[in-house]
Amino acid sequence: MTNENGDTARAGLGGDLADPIFWRAGAISTTVVMLIILAFLTADSYRYISVGGINVPKYDVINQHIGYQFDWSRHADVPVIGSSEPLFGNTVTEAQAAELIRKGKLVIQSRACMDCHTFFGNGAYYGPDLTKSWLDPAWEQIWIPMTGKATREDAMVEFLMHPDQYPTWNRRMPNLHLTEDEAHATVAYLKWMSAIDTNGFPANFGPAGKQP
Amino acid sequence: MYRSQKLSLRYYTAAVTLFGVMILFGLLSALYYLYPSMLFNVFNFSTSKILHIDTLVLWLLMAFLGAVYWYLPKELEHEVVGMWLAELTFWVFCAVIAVVAVVFIFVQYGPANDFTLWFINQGRKYVEAPRWATIGVVAVMLAFAYNVIATCVKARKMTGIMWVLALDLIPLVVVYLDAFSYDRNMSTDLYWWWWLVHMWVESTWEVLIGCIMALVLMDVMGTSRRIVEAWLYIEVMLVLGAGILGLGHHYFWIGTPQYWLSIGGFFSALEPLPLLGMVVHAIYDAGSHRLKTTNRPAFFWITTEAFLNFIGAGIWGFMMTLPQINLFTHGTQWTVSHGHFAFYGAYVCGVIAVFYVAKQKTSRAGMLDGRAWKWSYALLNIGMVGMVMGLLLAGMAQAFFGRAIGGSTLMAFTTASENPWFVSGMYARMLFGLLFAAGYVVLVYDLLTSPKRVATLAMQPEPA
Repeated sequence: MTNENGDTARAGLGGDLADPIFWRAGAISTTVVMLIILAFLTADSYRYISVGGINVPKYDVINQHIGYQFDWSRHADVPVIGSSEPLFGNTVTEAQAAELIRKGKLVIQSRACMDCHTFFGNGAYYGPDLTKSWLDPAWEQIWIPMTGKATREDAMVEFLMHPDQYPTWNRRMPNLHLTEDEAHATVAYLKWMSAIDTNGFPANFGPAGKQP
Repeated sequence: MYRSQKLSLRYYTAAVTLFGVMILFGLLSALYYLYPSMLFNVFNFSTSKILHIDTLVLWLLMAFLGAVYWYLPKELEHEVVGMWLAELTFWVFCAVIAVVAVVFIFVQYGPANDFTLWFINQGRKYVEAPRWATIGVVAVMLAFAYNVIATCVKARKMTGIMWVLALDLIPLVVVYLDAFSYDRNMSTDLYWWWWLVHMWVESTWEVLIGCIMALVLMDVMGTSRRIVEAWLYIEVMLVLGAGILGLGHHYFWIGTPQYWLSIGGFFSALEPLPLLGMVVHAIYDAGSHRLKTTNRPAFFWITTEAFLNFIGAGIWGFMMTLPQINLFTHGTQWTVSHGHFAFYGAYVCGVIAVFYVAKQKTSRAGMLDGRAWKWSYALLNIGMVGMVMGLLLAGMAQAFFGRAIGGSTLMAFTTASENPWFVSGMYARMLFGLLFAAGYVVLVYDLLTSPKRVATLAMQPEPA
């Protein structure tokens, strides 16, 4: 250690420990090494997080059934892509699906959904997490009866267009004036997002998600 | 007094004003949890929250810029080069903030198209400001970088602190470029968004405040440059050594590969280390000065910065950073508890110290002390710690009942939010938030009070 003037120092580890130059070399080399590692990890992560990558499905996954099951080999809940189950009863091409998702993301940003809700747990905590909201049992149990719609996606569209009319508790969602197209695109986005492998987050999600 | 120090006082004024706006919208946001029907469909929680967190980023940034403009000419013994540009960009900065605030308050959101992203709201947490405004922020940052680098060149002088500061400006600007991004893939979107949020807050800003604190320590405590620079390098080494891959603790659940659980867990667990170093340093400094100083408020805030940075960012972060725990705490009020404590400890305390340094210099007070600063110091600290504890209580209820038992569905979220622990935590947060606001009012009063009165009060002989 040094005294108050910093002029007595013990040498150690091959360098003068009170000498700023010694620590400058440490700071520069540590930073450079860490940045190089981060660059490699980022390149590798892209194999997982790109659309059609290992963890993120292509957009036309919205044509299929999506479940969420505990995988004993991973010790985590993972999405299970099932048989054909077109959204709103229409099978879409990959290009059409991509356009729906583009629009859906624009809805999510233009209405600042992330400043009440979370996606993958990121955002604000006033409303519930939307990572697997497509699989939430509340659509079947609460909103289908409440809206009088026949399917989960139709109930979701009705709710998103008039959320203030379908309260489930004292914290209600405000009306953000979504058009029907915007609501469709948002539902498509939520369905696509529920098919992303998130290393088991959220854990133990509701019983509807457990069905393969 | 240098011309750039006058500009720095303007930056401080703007920062303190925005600090108040942040508290105001913080109190309003807290109130929605208690009265959810308040202003429903007129002024929603999301808008209030946006104004709360965006003013947080802006007031701290403005205070940092002010602090650098304060110390730059002193450090280099040369007036800042390009002062006209610095003064112009200050007003540009203020105008951009004012226009964005008006749009947020009165327009709030728009239809799903590019126009909304360009002119109303980008809707990415912390980066809600529309694109045109982010161009303004980039311009301000570039002008700032020019001021710093051009002054170093003109003064033909480069200190270790200035090297660190100058190099830190590169990521400060480059990482911010993600503020323009629109990416339909949520996984890649959040991947880069975290570069912006984490690399700013947990790396670039930490280094920036490290430089500022180094300058303050030499100024207020008379610590030798050799010690301060050695500590700054150690801090940079540890902050970036742990923080760059500590980024991984944000990559647990966004679609990224599983190895991030180990890497992020390990490196973020190391992140408290540099903060612990600061505590050791603070104790050493305080001891070597036997708590004697001519600027007691600045001295106390610097020491508090070291302790609360370690506790708020270090311990509160470590508490929830390992993936096995984070799986349940992620995205709950537990995170909010950590967020409040970390920002306060890492930045707010240091910035308040910087305000007092300026106050002492402008008032030419030989000794700065008095009663008011102690009241604001106590109210702000008690208010913050109380809020943090209330939020922690609420967050634990959410982690246990909402996530672990309930499985994060809507019903689980509702059940957890109606849990008495959650509700009482929210009331506690509101109550202590009001104390914090009172502390802010006293702080402003103290910063503005005629210094002579304070000076005479404080001019008591110190025991030998």
